[in-house]
Amino acid sequence: MTGPATVFDKPTDYIGKSIPRSDASRLLRGQGRYVDDMQLPRMVHAVFLRSPYAHAKINSIDISQAIDLQGVVAIFTGKDIAQHVEPYVGVLSHLPGLRSPAQYPLAVDVARWQGEPVAVVICASRALGEDALEYIKVDYEQIPAVTDTLDAMSSEAPLIHKEYDSNLAWKREVEFGNLEEALAQDDVVVVEKQIKFGRHTGVTLETRATVCDYIPGDEQLIMYYAGQAPHMLQFILAKHLDMLEENVRVVAHDVGGSFGIKVHTYGDEIATAIIAKLLKRPVKFTADRLESFVTDIHARDHVVDAKIGVKKDGTIVGMGFNDFTGIGPFSMYPRTSAIECNQILNLTGAPYQFEHYHAVGNVVFQNKTLMCQYRAVGHPIAMAISDCMIEEAARVIGMDPVKIRKKNLIPDDAYPTKSVTGMRFDDLSHHACLDKLLEIMDYEGLLVDQQKERGNGIYRGIGFVSLVEVTNPSPMFYGVGGAPIASQDGATVRLDAAGALHVSSSVTEQGQGTNAILQQIAADVFGVAIERVKVTTGDTATVPYGGGTWASRGAGIGGEAMLLASHALKEQVLETAAVILQAKPENLDISSGEVISKESGEQKISLGDLAKIVYYRGNELPNDLRPELIATRHYRVTDFPFVFTNGAMAAHVEVDTNTGFIKILHFWAVEDCGRVINPQLVDDQIRGGVVQGIGGALYEECIYDTDGQMQNASMADYLVPMASEMPEITVAHVETYTKTSVLGAKGAGEAGTGGAPAAIMNAVNNALEPLNCGLWQMPMTPERVLKALGKIK
Amino acid sequence: MKAPDFSYEKPTTISDVLALLANNELECQLLAGGQSLMPMMNFRMANPGTLVDISNVSELSGIYERKETIEIGAMVRYRELELSKIIKTHCPLISMVLPYVAHAAIRNRGTIGGSIGLSDPAAELPAVLLVLDGKIEITSEKGIRLEPANTFFKGVYETSCEPDELITKIILPKKQPKQKFGFHEIARRHGDYAMAGVCILQDVDLNVRVAFFGVADRAVRSIAVENLLSGNSYLSGELIKNAQNVLNDIEFEGDMNAGPEAKQHIAKVVLERALKEMKND
Ligand SMILES: Cc1cc2nc3c(=O)[nH]c(=O)nc-3n(C[C@H](O)[C@H](O)[C@H](O)COP(=O)(O)OP(=O)(O)OC[C@H]3O[C@@H](n4cnc5c(N)ncnc54)[C@H](O)[C@@H]3O)c2cc1C
Repeated sequence: MTGPATVFDKPTDYIGKSIPRSDASRLLRGQGRYVDDMQLPRMVHAVFLRSPYAHAKINSIDISQAIDLQGVVAIFTGKDIAQHVEPYVGVLSHLPGLRSPAQYPLAVDVARWQGEPVAVVICASRALGEDALEYIKVDYEQIPAVTDTLDAMSSEAPLIHKEYDSNLAWKREVEFGNLEEALAQDDVVVVEKQIKFGRHTGVTLETRATVCDYIPGDEQLIMYYAGQAPHMLQFILAKHLDMLEENVRVVAHDVGGSFGIKVHTYGDEIATAIIAKLLKRPVKFTADRLESFVTDIHARDHVVDAKIGVKKDGTIVGMGFNDFTGIGPFSMYPRTSAIECNQILNLTGAPYQFEHYHAVGNVVFQNKTLMCQYRAVGHPIAMAISDCMIEEAARVIGMDPVKIRKKNLIPDDAYPTKSVTGMRFDDLSHHACLDKLLEIMDYEGLLVDQQKERGNGIYRGIGFVSLVEVTNPSPMFYGVGGAPIASQDGATVRLDAAGALHVSSSVTEQGQGTNAILQQIAADVFGVAIERVKVTTGDTATVPYGGGTWASRGAGIGGEAMLLASHALKEQVLETAAVILQAKPENLDISSGEVISKESGEQKISLGDLAKIVYYRGNELPNDLRPELIATRHYRVTDFPFVFTNGAMAAHVEVDTNTGFIKILHFWAVEDCGRVINPQLVDDQIRGGVVQGIGGALYEECIYDTDGQMQNASMADYLVPMASEMPEITVAHVETYTKTSVLGAKGAGEAGTGGAPAAIMNAVNNALEPLNCGLWQMPMTPERVLKALGKIK
Repeated sequence: MKAPDFSYEKPTTISDVLALLANNELECQLLAGGQSLMPMMNFRMANPGTLVDISNVSELSGIYERKETIEIGAMVRYRELELSKIIKTHCPLISMVLPYVAHAAIRNRGTIGGSIGLSDPAAELPAVLLVLDGKIEITSEKGIRLEPANTFFKGVYETSCEPDELITKIILPKKQPKQKFGFHEIARRHGDYAMAGVCILQDVDLNVRVAFFGVADRAVRSIAVENLLSGNSYLSGELIKNAQNVLNDIEFEGDMNAGPEAKQHIAKVVLERALKEMKND
């Protein structure tokens, strides 16, 4: 990467330090600006009637009683809404063969999952609207529901879409080398397992919410939105509501967590926008928790038949698997519901060197809530397939799990290189991370303790994972396939007349601290006190164009754009200062809001004074000097499809063989996210990610009955991990800067979620080893542990 | 998730409460701490015509020590029970279970009357009442009746309390010097309703009472286990094993966390653990 390498020549002021987030004070005072806090004049509420059945024909909808109720302004059925929208289709051209029918915001003739909206009451209050729902009479004709992924593929299964010959949405086969032949050789030990991953979801503290306002005089639709990708939504609203893109403004103020849940096209939100436009007044929709559970995208839901072949000395010969994943009745628009499976096909085994690989992915329609991209898309599955199979193989050949990794992990000096599936890697550090992990966890000590405690009937286990994480994606992720999803981001930096910086960026704040690191980078690179940097994100009317928050890209891409813009502005300012001071720009620098002499450090002119000359007394400047005092830069990853990061993690667990309970005693995570901009924020990203990984491994599951009814759609019944059950999580870093940018930052947001499940499953199976059993299904609930132990049937 | 429309009354005397309850047309439901009823209303699973808030009825408050019993007003909140010296001294089993009832915020509002009146199969206090042979004072315009805990709990959210009746008091015998108590429960997460739990009383005459919660349609005693354990002063390892083996007389019911077989298995584990803790006391 060529660029202003001088950025890091000076001692760094803010980058690399745990600077407290500037928005923390406001948020802790209860001054957050969340969508549901908004009250606009003439605002009404959208209250959705949702299908109680997983699969039913809608014969008729009678609104005659409901329409006259107190507070009811209007009622729209799926058919009414369909007239005002171009339906959307969740396919991408770089996923050839993926099929999904046109989807409307509300079900039109057939409801295909429990919770799909079928009608909407527009009402003076949410409560009155819920009363009115009880008076809408829908004549449903139930159709057998297809719920189990494998059953959905049988020839007798009812078809969810009549126009298709089966319930298969997509299938991809990936083959390198010749796995079957390689595994058939005499000296190869082959291990096979079926691994099941439950369906779960990302429970955001703030539920999905939108206020849509239509201003007829401007022909403008404004959507206030609790989400991740304002520009993507701007495009989608314009396209499907047949508006000019410039007449759609999407604004995201504070957002209370997203995790990938809030980066999709939801029918209830689109319908809210349509209705605001029709009624020419603001309409609010806030999902309640019940609606969240049955309409927010779910994730995972995989049944994987996996195999691995190793030689007696631990050399991995190859691995393969056949994955079936259930995605609900449609592929989600616009990211599609095939990306998770695609990631699994691409990433399984990626940390290791081996030659033979054969993987098949089957993406299957079913009558459940739509499945799509949630934090660490595909990674927990891919890492569990390879690392749990590797540890199982190690057990079979009697080898230590660390030793087998060291033998097969790509060497740290092998870069640039490629994985077996052709993923291009650079600047990774698998061995350094594993070494650091062993150093902080005292592996030898844990092994001694394990032996000792087994004698007391206490079963402890240690499990590892070595992982890669897709971060900083290039256009090859979505844009190449025709999705309106920008992989580049922009940053604008402006010096005001008082010498303060106003910066804006197209990456967004979801509570993870993006605004804080943007502020740190701008202050550091430009040279002002951090309090004097004001950050704006989330508003399509004011920020540069870009992708928003997803795929761990805020720091690596948004941060780099901010670095480049700050540096560009600095060069401009120094050029202007040089003229004013009759000095050479290369002899000047900016520090703490002052232009200084590079050599002596002497303060020459404050930024405020400089800006005042430019803005108020331009007459003092030569006529050919026209300073902008504003700079915009955009950045995209060009050299690689993705900038991979890597890490190593370990879990120490105790399995109570009487109750089946699993207690995580300690968790360690070593992560190489390149340059760490704010250690505390990175550590908290890792910890939060690990906790969501623990959720998937031990607690979280969307439980459905055979009719497709979700059984545990409440915070009392759906078990998110809570503080009491969480272990100490120790985080450490190896910093290998990516050469693709000046900043050198890779992403860090998803590693914990991607790696923790495999480490925990490995630890549990390590604990169960002396009992001659194992558990290969997540979440690893007490009942499943008891079954694995043979204590119950 | 918004409650349907309802009327709201906040009487200050028992007789005013009873008058409201006696009026069928009002379709009254009592509101105590609201920790269970409010969510049920918001889910539209409960749909009262009139919500009768009893939190201002002072006759329903207070914990009183009588000669042989402790009387606890229906509106006494868990938090008050936790802090009460009378409870600590005379009803130690209540003190043992309280830290496992929900979370502090819920215990600040939830009441003993609400817990008993709700009869959640996984709640702790109904099982406590069963083993202590507690009595429930139930009042209506027809008069006052004392119902033994043994016959009070009928099923999931079902009790012998009629729509026109109000639970006014819970009456528990005071601890006797040589009585021993046992308790153990297992929950997926701290503060969750238990997957399975047990309360045990070993009486002065060595009679044993054992009640499980979280495993059936209500808190239930195991007479088989009680018979086996009764009369033994020493809870030997073998006795405990045998007690586990005879735990077959409950109709175990599964829930989302565990099927009936897992429930039975875990019930045996909590029984073993509670008995071992009693033995070591
Ligand atoms: C997250 C969560 C976790 C929980 N975990 C547990 C747990 O682990 N263990 C546990 O035991 N409970 C648990 N609970 C329930 C909690 O203890 C309830 O508050 C309690 O069971 C009901 O008490 P309340 O005072 O809130 O009653 P309310 O919710 O006000 O009323 C409950 C029912 O009892 C009736 N009622 C109330 N008072 C009377 C009366 N005097 N006479 C007749 N009927 C009456 C009401 O009409 C209503 O039907 C939990 C609750 C939550 C929200």
